[in-house]
Amino acid sequence: MSITDMNQPLRFIWYNVLVRFVVLVCIGINVRHRQRLPFKGPAIIVANHNSHLDTMVLMSLFSPRLLQHIRPVAASDYFLKNKYLAWFSTNVIGIVPLDRTPVRGVDIFSGIHDALSKGQILIMFPEGSRGEPEKMVRLKQGVARVVEANPHVPVVPVYLRGLGKSLPKGEAIFVPFVCDVFIGQAIAFAGDRRDFTEVMGEALQDLSDEAPPAEWS
Amino acid sequence: MSVDVTQPVVWVLAGLFGLLVIASVTNYLLCKKLGQNAHKELSQRINSWWVMVTVFTIALVASRNISIVLFAFVSFLALKEYFSIIPTRRADRRVLFWAYLSIPIQYYWVATGWYGMFIVFIPVYVFLFLPTRMIMIGETQNFLRAAGTIHWGLMTLVFSISHVAFLLVLPDNGNPVAGGPGLVLFLVFLTQFNDIAQYMSGKTFGCRKIVPKVSPNKTVEGLAGGIIVTTLLAVLLSPFLTPFDWLMAMAIGCMISVAGFIGDVTVSALKRDIGVKDSGSMLPGHGGILDRIDSLTYTAPLFFHIVHYVYY
Repeated sequence: MSITDMNQPLRFIWYNVLVRFVVLVCIGINVRHRQRLPFKGPAIIVANHNSHLDTMVLMSLFSPRLLQHIRPVAASDYFLKNKYLAWFSTNVIGIVPLDRTPVRGVDIFSGIHDALSKGQILIMFPEGSRGEPEKMVRLKQGVARVVEANPHVPVVPVYLRGLGKSLPKGEAIFVPFVCDVFIGQAIAFAGDRRDFTEVMGEALQDLSDEAPPAEWS
Repeated sequence: MSVDVTQPVVWVLAGLFGLLVIASVTNYLLCKKLGQNAHKELSQRINSWWVMVTVFTIALVASRNISIVLFAFVSFLALKEYFSIIPTRRADRRVLFWAYLSIPIQYYWVATGWYGMFIVFIPVYVFLFLPTRMIMIGETQNFLRAAGTIHWGLMTLVFSISHVAFLLVLPDNGNPVAGGPGLVLFLVFLTQFNDIAQYMSGKTFGCRKIVPKVSPNKTVEGLAGGIIVTTLLAVLLSPFLTPFDWLMAMAIGCMISVAGFIGDVTVSALKRDIGVKDSGSMLPGHGGILDRIDSLTYTAPLFFHIVHYVYY
């Protein structure tokens, strides 16, 4: 799938009108270190995953002009599960589908390599699933595999907090909360996948520690 | 121009923009003299004031219902900020949803002018309903903290702020010179100007701390300066916007200054308890919207009930 497969006018209305309205008015975001965001591709944004709203918030951080170059990487077993959702995911959300149950001998990351070679900015969630709200789990090795093949691509960690309260997995009712968005410094690939994943996890943890959540003692 | 707004209200609004022009020009000259970065926060703050005064003016002039929607929206943004900085329990998502839903309902009572319902809805019905909903969910750990904090937010940010909007639906005969919009402008302008006057006189003359444990920057001199300026301004503006004679105007000006101060330090105490400096980042230079309307949560209900008792 390429840029031309996406329905650009619909995608524009979806992201730059509807999503921006929901993110800025109904949710509200509190961004730290906005200047660390990449302003051109190729690049990978990695974030912790709590909610379907994560992608919406990350997309709305970028200038509307960059929209056609930014694409979320999403699980094909979920986002392509029926033809209506598949149409919406492909044409409007503009996902790069990723097969979470790989077949031996097939490079599941080929779509991602392809998008990066076209200079696109990809959004990836290395936790692999939304999981339990506001809890971070061990990161998977996928992002490391991708940067091993594309070592020049900067990986920018973004820590999100609050969206797991707004719309956690399995809940249908949206409840407004302001969301914290802490952007970290780009991470370079140093040659080892395991090390890279560890550095990425630490970067997200450090961002989370910048402002711990309020809790009753 | 709408028929709702009288000539004196238009003059005072024009005067507000005049003040903003003076502030912007002074700031520009200061920046030129001292360098761009010396006053970055002040510049941001003035720019945010331009946006806030413009939105407020448009709503007030456009129509009564648009003004009511604006205050409902302010309540929503402030409540959202509040629920985002306080600890909340995962079990209470549905309870918070109902808490948000009370905003359109409360402002609907305002728009229909149903005083009886407006005055009991949040203190009685919502107060009884939210714990009922919590019981249905069944989580007892931290039950009292959750019930208390959620209702405190609704009382200050929805119930109190909706009093500003209810001024708009009071009958015209109570304030023949400027009606509801005149009272709203008087209350909001004085409350906000009092904040600035207290801040500036505190910066200039301040030495004796007044509530060191809560807000170490607040001084006796700051409060006194605010009271003098706000009381004078109240006497000066009251013939154009309100039914008050000069004695009443002095009393109200003094009340706004003291109540505004208490509202301000109450929110400071809340933030100190939670451990945050600003409630948000919506208004560059000011912090969050909660930081901007903290004084109004105290001045609005007091002003409303004094005016309602004496003049309506």
